[in-house]
Amino acid sequence: MQIRLYRNCQVEQEGEVWFALVKFVSARNKDESNQRLCRTNRTNNTMGATASKLPKDQLSEYQELTFLTKQEILLAHKRFNELLEREDRQQIGGSRVPMNKILTLPELKSNPFRRRICQVFSTSDLRDGSLSFEDFLDLLSAFSDSATLEIKSHYAFRIFDFDDDGTLDTGDLEKLVNCLTGEMDNTRLTSEEMKQLINNILEESDIDKDGTVNLSEFQHVISRSPDFVSSFKIVL
Amino acid sequence: ALGSTVLQNAQGFVEKFEGALGKGKGRKLYAFKVMMAKKLIKFNRDFENFKTACIPWERKIKEVESHFGSSVASYFIFLRWMYGLNLVLFGFMFGLVIIPEVLMGLPQGSIPRKTVPRDEQDTAMDFSVLSEFGGYFRYSVIFYGYYNNQNTIGFLKFRLPLSYFLVGIGIFGYSLMVVIRTMARNANEGGDGADESEFTFCWKLFTSWDYLIGNPETADNKYASITTSFKESIVDEQENQKDENIHLRRFLRVLANVLITCSLGGSGYLIYFVVKRSQDYAKMDSSQLSWYQKNEVEFVMSLLGLVCPPLFETIAELEDYHPRIALKWQLARIFALFLGNLYTFLFALIDDVNEKLEKEKVIKNETIWALNQYYANYTLYHNVTQNIPLPEIAPADVIRGPCWETEVGIEFVKLTVSDIEVTYLTILIGDFMRALIVRFLNYCWCWDLEAGFPSYGEFDISGNVLGLIFNQGMIWMGTFYAPGLMGINILRLVSSMYLQCWAVMSSNVPHERVFKASRSNNFYMGILLLVLFLSLMPVVYTMMTMSPSFDCGPFSGREKMYDVVIETIQNLPPFMANIFTYASNPGLIISIVLLMVLAIYYLNTVSKAYQKANMDLKRKIQMVHTTFEPRFMLRNTPLPFIMNQCLYYLWYIPPLYW
Repeated sequence: MQIRLYRNCQVEQEGEVWFALVKFVSARNKDESNQRLCRTNRTNNTMGATASKLPKDQLSEYQELTFLTKQEILLAHKRFNELLEREDRQQIGGSRVPMNKILTLPELKSNPFRRRICQVFSTSDLRDGSLSFEDFLDLLSAFSDSATLEIKSHYAFRIFDFDDDGTLDTGDLEKLVNCLTGEMDNTRLTSEEMKQLINNILEESDIDKDGTVNLSEFQHVISRSPDFVSSFKIVL
Repeated sequence: ALGSTVLQNAQGFVEKFEGALGKGKGRKLYAFKVMMAKKLIKFNRDFENFKTACIPWERKIKEVESHFGSSVASYFIFLRWMYGLNLVLFGFMFGLVIIPEVLMGLPQGSIPRKTVPRDEQDTAMDFSVLSEFGGYFRYSVIFYGYYNNQNTIGFLKFRLPLSYFLVGIGIFGYSLMVVIRTMARNANEGGDGADESEFTFCWKLFTSWDYLIGNPETADNKYASITTSFKESIVDEQENQKDENIHLRRFLRVLANVLITCSLGGSGYLIYFVVKRSQDYAKMDSSQLSWYQKNEVEFVMSLLGLVCPPLFETIAELEDYHPRIALKWQLARIFALFLGNLYTFLFALIDDVNEKLEKEKVIKNETIWALNQYYANYTLYHNVTQNIPLPEIAPADVIRGPCWETEVGIEFVKLTVSDIEVTYLTILIGDFMRALIVRFLNYCWCWDLEAGFPSYGEFDISGNVLGLIFNQGMIWMGTFYAPGLMGINILRLVSSMYLQCWAVMSSNVPHERVFKASRSNNFYMGILLLVLFLSLMPVVYTMMTMSPSFDCGPFSGREKMYDVVIETIQNLPPFMANIFTYASNPGLIISIVLLMVLAIYYLNTVSKAYQKANMDLKRKIQMVHTTFEPRFMLRNTPLPFIMNQCLYYLWYIPPLYW
């Protein structure tokens, strides 16, 4: 079961929702932006209405449940829309985007942990890493500026746990090091260096000496790091 | 989804039972209070959203971040923060000093201080004179000398001299408040002072990836730097036990420090010498001087700022420190260089000011003598000894004093402008030209320009941040004497943001060694705070000890600048004046200072106690680390209770000996 970590809810009256300025998304290359424009124009012409807009009550609900601001949620909605097939755009709540499409997002394309991120945040029964819109918001919320250290370290632990067994053992750590050192052969570590590195890591962080790093040991290490919070960020 | 159903249930529950909470007479009031609280929360949230939408340059900085990582972007975030601070200060200066004088004060050309003197009038519009901030610029709102000393002006009875004084002090007060608030916020987020070497490997593994990187080239660079850093730490760990030749190292370090102190001393002397020479030049006829002679001071200061840091870096090769420590030494030395230069400049300037004050006395005597002559003539002619009307001289012909405050203001403005010019030229030539040459000359050159020397430049974060901080220090020092300097700084910051963003994206490459100067956020804020205090001191000194010029500026005619505050207090209603008199009683002030000293001592003791508690907890964790291993491996066979206790005590003792 997916754990959604809520921030403190403050119940407020449903009043007028102020649709703030949606941030202008600058295209990474012209083709993309042209395609996007063409697509939205066509949908508007054929559907003719607010097919791709988020309803007001859902917007305020999402604001309660995540750490994102209104602009960020609207921007996420827009970007998620572009990843969906045209037919699915009507019910944005139910449809899922397959993993290979999510990985085309420029923010995730160069990330060595992109597949793990998709798998961790996915609530799909098929365990194929596909994300629904709410999973996507969950992802952005955990990686946003205002998320707390506990939430970030919780998700970081799950991302690094490649075999999903609840602890980081030698195999996980090896895979982690290989992800970080890149795909090229000349950048990989030799097996002695790898052994030495993993020994050092376990020496530093494994308090109960069971050969693995569990969640509390991981959080103990991470909470002391001064730049974890600022580097564990993804912004659309 | 699961979340929204829970939320809806919770909302429904609260709405259902809300009214029941406020029973009896207070129910309506309670409901009203709850409704206002809800509206307030909603308003706060909308305001937060609005504030986020108003932040400028967010896209630009994000682009830089995705190409170069968070350390280069932190410079631009700092630049944007500075821009916000300067905007507020500019608002104070503009709205409370410049606008009232322009709208409600006397117009240009009506009184002597606002008019160009007769002998300067034919050259007043020349570009060469204007570029020195002489001519019409000198007698405009940009500088101190323009402002009139009338106690109240206009129909609103706006007290301009008081406002000028308070804005001058208020600028420092506001800056201090903002800097300390930002430092406190950074300290809260940054975590406690964990030992840097405690978790090296873990941090390298878990926190070294920068998730903001969105560019494949940068990602490749990052992979390479992470690999290098892993390999280095592994080798470092193995070499830690190696014995070095300590004596040679110490000797080299002492030698390096001696060399650097000599060069610092040399640069200070050079500046003093050049400023003295420029004062001699100022007495000569300006048409005989070359451009170099006129701008010698700024030229020399900028040159020293460009040449000395690489020199320090070369000398620091002798010292053989770990890169992070070497960077700290380098920053400290550059700081000492800039500080020394600035203060030497100031001392030379103060000498100049004292000289001008002497000259002023002479001119005052001359004016009085001329006036007496006029009165004598008048008496002779018209046989009247009392109520003689003042001579009617055109404002441009009146004998003028040297007005030292405007001179000081002009010096600061010239220094700032030359600093701007040097920075922009360095960016254009050092980064852009270099990139052009490497790119296009590479086709017809013998060795690979891109891989070898000179290759593309890297963005020098610490140099740029220090430059920004010192520029701000100069602005703080100069604003009191040149209110227009703030406006020049705003223009400089905006153009700097656009120029540097463009330069970084077009001509720089990401760093090879991605140096994580992460906690340096508070380090740079600390330097900014220090620079704030150091720039406060000269201004306060001149305010308190030097007497203002007798014929220019808002404090002319008074003994000291702060007299304007004393006069205002005396004009207040009696009971307020009484409060001020009691408040400035030395006994009260001394007791308040004693109280503050006691509070600082108490807080210091409390923080030391917390640190000690921290160390104890750390030690306990270490002890658990090194506890007898079989105790944990034999989890399924519990040891007898007494043996357990004995083991505990056995391992308690060694740490106590620590």
